[in-house]
Amino acid sequence: MKFLLAASEVPEVSFTSDVGGGFNIILEYVWVIPLIMALSFAVILFFGKSLGSIKIGDSETPASSTIGIAAVGTCFLLSLWAGAAWIDHRDNFPEADATSVLEHGGDGEHSDDAEHSDEAEHSDEEGAPAYFDGDGAPLVDASVGGAGAAALVEAGEDGHSEVHASVAILKGFTWFQSGGHEFTVGILVDGPTILMLFVVTLISLLVHIYSTDYVHGDRRYTHFFAFLSLFTASMLFLIMSRSTVQFITAWELVGVCSFALIGHWWEEKPNSDAALKAFLTNRVGDMGLLIGMIILYFAAGRTFDIMTINEMAVAGEIPRNTLLIAALCLTAAVMSKSGQFILHTWLPDAMAGPTPVSALIHAATMVVAGVYMIARLYPVFFEGFAISGSSINALALIGAITVVFGGMLAFVQDDIKKVLAYSTVSQLGYMVMALGVGAWTAALFHLFTHAFFKAGLFLGAGSVAHSVHSFDMKKDMGGMRKFMPTTFKTFVICSISLAGVFPFAGFWSKDEILVGTGGWGLFGGSGGSNGAYTLMLVMGLVGAMLTGAYMTRVIYLTFFGEFRGHGHPHESGKRITIPLVILSVFAVGAGLLNLPPGFITGEEAGWQERFGHFIEPQSAAFPPIGHATPSYTLAIVASILGLLGPAIAVFYYFNRVEARSKVEGRSLTELPDGLTSRVPIAKAGHTLLAEKYYLDHLYTDVIAGGTKGPVADMADWSNKHLIDNVIDTAGRTAVTAGQFVYTKIDQPLVDGAVDGAGKASSAFGDELRKSQTGKVQQYAAYLFAAAAVLAGVLIIVI
Amino acid sequence: MTDAVILAYDPEVPRQIAFFLIAAVMVFSAFRVVTTKNVVHAALYLVLVLAGVAAQFILLGAEFVGVTQVLVYIGAVIVLFLFGIMLTRAELGDDESVATERRGMAALTGVLLFGVMTYAVVDVFDDQTIDRTEASTTGQIGDAIFKEYIIPFEAVSVLLLAALIGAIVIARKD
Amino acid sequence: MTEVYLNQFLILAAVLFSIGVYGVLARRNGVMVLMSIELILNSVNINLVAFSAFRGTLGGEVFALFVIAVAAAEVGVGLALVLLLYRNSKTIDFSEVDAMKG
Repeated sequence: MKFLLAASEVPEVSFTSDVGGGFNIILEYVWVIPLIMALSFAVILFFGKSLGSIKIGDSETPASSTIGIAAVGTCFLLSLWAGAAWIDHRDNFPEADATSVLEHGGDGEHSDDAEHSDEAEHSDEEGAPAYFDGDGAPLVDASVGGAGAAALVEAGEDGHSEVHASVAILKGFTWFQSGGHEFTVGILVDGPTILMLFVVTLISLLVHIYSTDYVHGDRRYTHFFAFLSLFTASMLFLIMSRSTVQFITAWELVGVCSFALIGHWWEEKPNSDAALKAFLTNRVGDMGLLIGMIILYFAAGRTFDIMTINEMAVAGEIPRNTLLIAALCLTAAVMSKSGQFILHTWLPDAMAGPTPVSALIHAATMVVAGVYMIARLYPVFFEGFAISGSSINALALIGAITVVFGGMLAFVQDDIKKVLAYSTVSQLGYMVMALGVGAWTAALFHLFTHAFFKAGLFLGAGSVAHSVHSFDMKKDMGGMRKFMPTTFKTFVICSISLAGVFPFAGFWSKDEILVGTGGWGLFGGSGGSNGAYTLMLVMGLVGAMLTGAYMTRVIYLTFFGEFRGHGHPHESGKRITIPLVILSVFAVGAGLLNLPPGFITGEEAGWQERFGHFIEPQSAAFPPIGHATPSYTLAIVASILGLLGPAIAVFYYFNRVEARSKVEGRSLTELPDGLTSRVPIAKAGHTLLAEKYYLDHLYTDVIAGGTKGPVADMADWSNKHLIDNVIDTAGRTAVTAGQFVYTKIDQPLVDGAVDGAGKASSAFGDELRKSQTGKVQQYAAYLFAAAAVLAGVLIIVI
Repeated sequence: MTDAVILAYDPEVPRQIAFFLIAAVMVFSAFRVVTTKNVVHAALYLVLVLAGVAAQFILLGAEFVGVTQVLVYIGAVIVLFLFGIMLTRAELGDDESVATERRGMAALTGVLLFGVMTYAVVDVFDDQTIDRTEASTTGQIGDAIFKEYIIPFEAVSVLLLAALIGAIVIARKD
Repeated sequence: MTEVYLNQFLILAAVLFSIGVYGVLARRNGVMVLMSIELILNSVNINLVAFSAFRGTLGGEVFALFVIAVAAAEVGVGLALVLLLYRNSKTIDFSEVDAMKG
């Protein structure tokens, strides 16, 4: 079997690359993980109800959720195994410089272990990242040791060995062939896959556990867990897709599952509307995905293989304009799936679904699929948008706009989940922006940290809502910290992490993105070879300010002041609080996985940047991105700005509003004579935000209405003005003329003729009417007879 | 019988005999389908016609199509018809309402069509012969369907799905 | 040596087709009309397969298969329509169904 690529000809796709058995064998069998979830889906769907409930301890649990949790728990353990195996696999690969390769002893059971285990061997990683060899030659001989970051050696039958410069594990087979098109499927396991494997299974596991309490007693409990399983399975399938066909399939599966889950309570109209909106908005982008993937298929010489496409893109074998068009199409898909500005409108509406689903959608599955797609096909975007060395491009711009606009929208929402939804929009903007400026690792790192604190926030919001039976912060919440101490604490921790406060997880990932922009080249930060995206840096900083501020608002409205709702809220049960605690632990600590090089020790000691080291692909299929040099100055400036926003919000809420509440003797949510009611511009701004920039109006009224409105209007207008006038005039003239004619000519002369004509046509009509019998067969007889006659005429004539 | 017949010495004689026998049965049965007053009889005569068509396919060397014809038509479509007859509670005996007053017009149209078509084919294909010596294999058909005709194939599958849903939507009681 | 003519199949098909058309036009019972339509479709199939054998290609046979599939779908929808008709007007006599009478 030949190995991937002699790129000029139609690429031959290789189907295996072994990890050599042993402990790492899991890497070749990761496809088992989505399979387990798919089986779990099938079992729950078909047998869930009939299995009834299982007694665990002294509480009865429905079998469906138990199956689901068991399945996802197994998957989580397998993912941990896969992660450990990956760390081993990654580090035991020949490094760029053969001399730097050390024997790696003792498999880390966990990434923490690995952090300390191999300090020396990757020491020259950061400075001069070894992407294969700079000029992007995809195939190197084994003797050229200096070229490959890592190499898979495939011994051919003739003993000749070729080196494939990828640490990724590839498995697959040809699914079917049709008319010269080969459809391959398989798995592609590399850093991003392992990362997502961990994130998806962990979040999904916590969501499963949480849901057993949250949707307890729901009328479609079984259905809910079945779709949670399928959702997880689809996402897992997506992240290990080897070919674009697989990717599209999984992408659509994810969309379908989100549709089913958002519309879980479809009896209420808004919910089913929201589900439809999510589905249809995604359809818009899916067209882009389909077209983009088809372009790539043909551009890469008829292959669906993602690695091949990537390698060809990096090697410059696909014309840049083709890549640009493909990248733009794919960007449309990202905009809808990952809720980027102007196509984000479905995301807040998707809050109609049950809260655990929102957490799953926002943290681990649906919306990150778009980001993951960019990361997966990064060379296409990198080369297509000419990310390297430019200062603005479509991807970065869309991301940056989303960061700011999404963040601003979060201010005016009263629904706690909607605030979080817009917050997700904004954070996804960060990820897309990071990818747009070439900070690949930062984007995925932010995806990683964001998954934890956003899931924590959603589940926390769900916990509060579960207790007060409402999502409305202004009407039904307030003072919740007294009732729900655990939820309060975890929520605040996750919020701080989201706001990017040192040293929480969000700080590290956000800082990396900001550094990655390379804006100004100030602060000592430089985007390496990726160009200087100054505008993105500014937008990112503004976004950081906004994030802290709106989270402060949420915390105040929800947890401070006096309780404004009804009933007696109480802390949620263990099955809700434990996931919250776990997530908040990650929200604090996850950032430590990718400390900037030189942090604390001042030299590249090796226990920083573990994340980048393990996640970033080292192969010819990955573009030569530059790595930013971190900057203390920028970190400090960003921190100050990031705290400035919340500081203002704290002043406003905890000082002004609180004082005013005391004066008025009731729990206020806003100052009654605040800025928005006094200053017209502020008020207009508030209205603009409250109306979500009128985007929904644009879509339903202007675009949908616009196409049907004018047509109807024009018809109406022409009816009223043109035709009416003509008829009126004609009528009036006719009346005048008629009266004259009537007396002089008509009566005596014409009348007889007219009557005659009328009678004649009436009689003719009656005759014709007989042919309209309403009997289908008679019509058919005319049809056949006429056809026969016509055919006869044709034959005779020709 | 096909392969043997085709490969025998002057294989065309038995083949022709078979053709004309089967054709005669088919024409007679077809005629009965449209003239009999008994609905169930009509369905049974239709079986004869369809079986005849299948036999003709096999004579033409299209074995797979012939077998499919038997499976789909005689196996499924006829059963559907019988269901239709039962569900609409047609008279099982002779049913006068089946006969009709528009026979003349219909017969005229039929004869006219037949004349035109026969004239056309005789005019064009006068004495051209079919000299196929090998029956097509299922493998070849499969290759053709999934290579050259993959798009029509997909279109047909979508059409079937649409028909399935359509039939359910039309016929269900809401 | 006897020859197999293309025309013998085509004319057989023409006969079946014409009989089918007669049935479609003359029959009053809805199910019978559908049966006649089957006759028409089968005559087309004979043509397709005959031409396929005549030209030595497989296209005709493949399309005959497609026609069989489509015919199955047609019967399904057709019978559903007849059932609906029966349910709404208690008859499947096409000559009594004339709501479109002018």
